[in-house]
Amino acid sequence: MLQLKKLTKTYKTGDQALKAVDLEIPAGQVLALIGPSGAGKSTLIRCINRLVEPTSGSVLLKGENITKLGSKGLRRARRTMGMIFQEYALVERLTVMENVLSGRLGYVGFWRSFLRKYPQSDIDEAFRLLDRVGLLEMADKRADELSGGQRQRVGIARALIQNPALLLVDEPTASLDPKTSRQIMRLICELCEERRLAAVINIHDVALAQMFVQRIIGLKLGELQFDGTPQDLTEDVLTRIYGEEDWLATIKKVEDDEAEELDS
Amino acid sequence: MSAALQIDQRLGKGWSKPHFIKNPIIRWGFLLAIIVYLYLAVNSIEVNWARISEGLSRGWEFIKAFSNPDFTSRGGDIWDGMVESIVITITSTVVGIMISIPIGLGAARNIAPLPVYLICRGIVSLSRALNEIIVAILMVAIFGFGPLAGFITLSFATIGFLSKLLAENIEDMDKVQAEAIKATGSSWLQWINYGVQPQVMPRLIGLSIYRLDINFRESAVLGLVGAGGIGATLNTAFDRYEFDTAAAILLIIIVIVMALEYLSGIIRARVQ
Repeated sequence: MLQLKKLTKTYKTGDQALKAVDLEIPAGQVLALIGPSGAGKSTLIRCINRLVEPTSGSVLLKGENITKLGSKGLRRARRTMGMIFQEYALVERLTVMENVLSGRLGYVGFWRSFLRKYPQSDIDEAFRLLDRVGLLEMADKRADELSGGQRQRVGIARALIQNPALLLVDEPTASLDPKTSRQIMRLICELCEERRLAAVINIHDVALAQMFVQRIIGLKLGELQFDGTPQDLTEDVLTRIYGEEDWLATIKKVEDDEAEELDS
Repeated sequence: MSAALQIDQRLGKGWSKPHFIKNPIIRWGFLLAIIVYLYLAVNSIEVNWARISEGLSRGWEFIKAFSNPDFTSRGGDIWDGMVESIVITITSTVVGIMISIPIGLGAARNIAPLPVYLICRGIVSLSRALNEIIVAILMVAIFGFGPLAGFITLSFATIGFLSKLLAENIEDMDKVQAEAIKATGSSWLQWINYGVQPQVMPRLIGLSIYRLDINFRESAVLGLVGAGGIGATLNTAFDRYEFDTAAAILLIIIVIVMALEYLSGIIRARVQ
């Protein structure tokens, strides 16, 4: 469903963030993108919806070449790609409901959005999603009154109300505690399954990635280093992606964690 | 090994902040130059003591006038001047804000394309380069004496002030919040309305009220060059040596400015 062909990004400073990345993601697949800081993970997902303009190469979503689209076409394409951010990226001075409804901006006209007069179907869907993520009673709170985990749930609702085919998720758990991190990852993966969504999840917590996704991609200095299942992610592979370190603890922790999860 | 040696040399020794100018000769020389300059500068001031004593007595009379300000004998003039000043203040602030918002958006480098940015920054610089008094003199020359000149002057000055600070606030905003709105497929206007406006609104309201405050004070000054308002009344009072009326006008101005200050404090605290 999503195809990246020789996707390259060179920043003005001369840094090559992505070096001809080829990747294909079938519909409904949840994929984790791991790699050290500066490997180009954020750049990769931002090139998909062109928050960052790729230098060359192409992004095909359902056969449509996104890199060739004009501003109107790009807006339409962005509607089908929900994005979830590190640090939540909610508009802090707007209410929770406004934040969720902002996911419909690509579908409604300016005056409707300016006057906050959204179609009834959008409002219903917003309430349904808030209920699904367990924040129904928070609808009229201002976004900056929520805790980190709650904010990220609103971020998820905002992405889903776009009715996307693909989720782009940038470090969803980076500023959350371990327990909340897992809850958020579980929620994202459950929702992807419910709605048959494909997702690209940037994550630097390797153990968390192994726990929740079917496929892991390793990125290092803008190049693909690994593409496989969580089981294939061995000590050697981690050394190849991140460099020399004792990886046994990282991998072993996953098994422990899973046992723990089963116990509870 | 060498690291251990270094730490041994450091231990037991005092520490002081490195000097801003490292070379001691330049450092002390610089200080000496400042002292010599100050000495020469103070000595070069010519003071006409006779003139000062004459002025002092007049000043004293003016200060005495504050003990019995005369609000009534020119009450009608004061009232008219005050109404005119308030009208100038409110209209120029409202018009100034309305023009400042689009220019402020255009003058923010992170949301405006380069040509728009340069034009808007040009307007801002022009407005800021010209002092209110100078603009007022120009406007009086163009539109004649009266409040219209004051209104145009203050509108123009408001644009320079508000656009610049609004643009700087937009440039400092949290990029990610705006990015998240863009990622939903919003149009440019929706992006401004949802991603940018909520972030800068409290500052915009605070600055607008502050500008209202400034415009009122300026409107009192502009009367001196013939641009209408309470300043004209004040000027007339001085010309006629009616210090008690002048004192009354000044007291009213002070009270209104303080009231505005208090009001803006309350509003700014509430919009955070």
